[in-house]
Amino acid sequence: MAERLRDLLSIEELTAEEIGFLLDEAKPFQEFQRYPLKKLATLRGKTVALAFFEASTRTRISFATAASRLGADTMNLQAEASSLKKGESLLDTARTLDAMKPDCIVMRHSSSGAADFVARHLEIPVINAGDGTHEHPTQALLDALTIRDRRGKIESLNVTIVGDILHSRVARSNLHLLGKFGCRFTLCGPPMWLPREFECLGKQVRRSSRIDDALEGADVVIVLRVQQERLHEPALPLDEYILLYQLTPGRLKLARPDALVLHPGPMIRGLEIDPAVADGPQSCVLEQVTNGLAVRMALLFVMIATGAEIDDARGPAHAAH
Amino acid sequence: MFARMRVVEKTQLMSATEIDRTLQRLAHEIVEKSGGTANLALIGIRRRGVPLAQRIARAMHGIEHVEVPVGTLDITLYRDDLSKIASHPVLHSSEIPFPVDDKDVLLVDDVLYTGRTARAAMNGLFDLGRPSRVRMAVLIDRGHRELPIEASFVGRSIQTSSREIVEVRLHETDQEERVMLVERVE
Repeated sequence: MAERLRDLLSIEELTAEEIGFLLDEAKPFQEFQRYPLKKLATLRGKTVALAFFEASTRTRISFATAASRLGADTMNLQAEASSLKKGESLLDTARTLDAMKPDCIVMRHSSSGAADFVARHLEIPVINAGDGTHEHPTQALLDALTIRDRRGKIESLNVTIVGDILHSRVARSNLHLLGKFGCRFTLCGPPMWLPREFECLGKQVRRSSRIDDALEGADVVIVLRVQQERLHEPALPLDEYILLYQLTPGRLKLARPDALVLHPGPMIRGLEIDPAVADGPQSCVLEQVTNGLAVRMALLFVMIATGAEIDDARGPAHAAH
Repeated sequence: MFARMRVVEKTQLMSATEIDRTLQRLAHEIVEKSGGTANLALIGIRRRGVPLAQRIARAMHGIEHVEVPVGTLDITLYRDDLSKIASHPVLHSSEIPFPVDDKDVLLVDDVLYTGRTARAAMNGLFDLGRPSRVRMAVLIDRGHRELPIEASFVGRSIQTSSREIVEVRLHETDQEERVMLVERVE
């Protein structure tokens, strides 16, 4: 890779080459999850700060487990218990964490651009674990790894994303990532949830409010969680959403026979997805979770295992024998 | 990414024929000193230990008509000098298609130098299980150990200075097949 990766703030700013490098680095860590002894000393003595200003369970556990399996320690900041509740500014909280000398900060925040803002003020690497409706880079990386494993490639696929695209950082990161590899997209959901922004980015994006039409010929179907808190702006009855947009076995038949079904979780069975699809052979949901660990281990390894200043004249290919 | 180190070639240490003859001899020694090959497994350390392990296994098949399993170990995650490099190390998969528990493991590498690679390989190996015995075979032992580690089987021991580099070039990984002694020029 040409340049050292300093932060991971968005997929948009990465090149296809950098994405490919990160996916390749994740490969050995996928295997590692099957080892009897899941503990490396590679990041021994390093500390990863997990700053989750917005509630999160799976992403936080995934990052914490990734850090722990690499031998790093973690410090935890959780929204409910944080001094944000007491009125401290984001920057003050970040600087306080930084003063405890972690080697990187993994951060989630409900405001788009929050990770970028913190990265501009701190020296240490910042990993964006989701910022508002902007991006969720590690989710897109683990989705790409899952697709590449099952399909052998991520290039030029037909990808259908179903749900609330407008408010979804998962959709945005996936559009940026798979878009860099020439994938074509169909965004599907109630019209008020289908933004026009991606058409302006010159990506191959089609919008459709009819799921039967959107699934036709799909290689990959990404089902988004229905954020029930959003259903009321403007009002859309839940049972109407289920009727119009739930991914059912019958509808999935309209996609290619080997189409993959991805869901970023948490998945609500019987709402956005029929249980028969969620548990079916085309579903990748549990692989996504395992691959999430591999991607996050690779990322932490790439970002903090090596030193920033000194370079070995012989290069990384030469071990010391 | 980084300035390419300048080196001059000094001498050829081994020709293709000598490499082949040495590996044949190593295979004979390993068979002789292992007290049976039933439990034996070879693990090549990436990168050039891998083709060497495969060749030794083939030679052993020629001698004993046994199939000795061969695995591959990438030691990058176990290196003790990661904090000293600035560029992103490229990771590779370790492929060990047999349980390591209670196996008689022979690690194979091209050059034994400081012993730090062998240390890293042993750490990696023990993350996979508990072998009954671990030994090591190398094509070249060039001295300058920084750890209390020795190989059980050595193709050739040579005297080197720390400015010199032993380059094993194999046709599986390089354009040619020979062992060269090169020197770093500042």
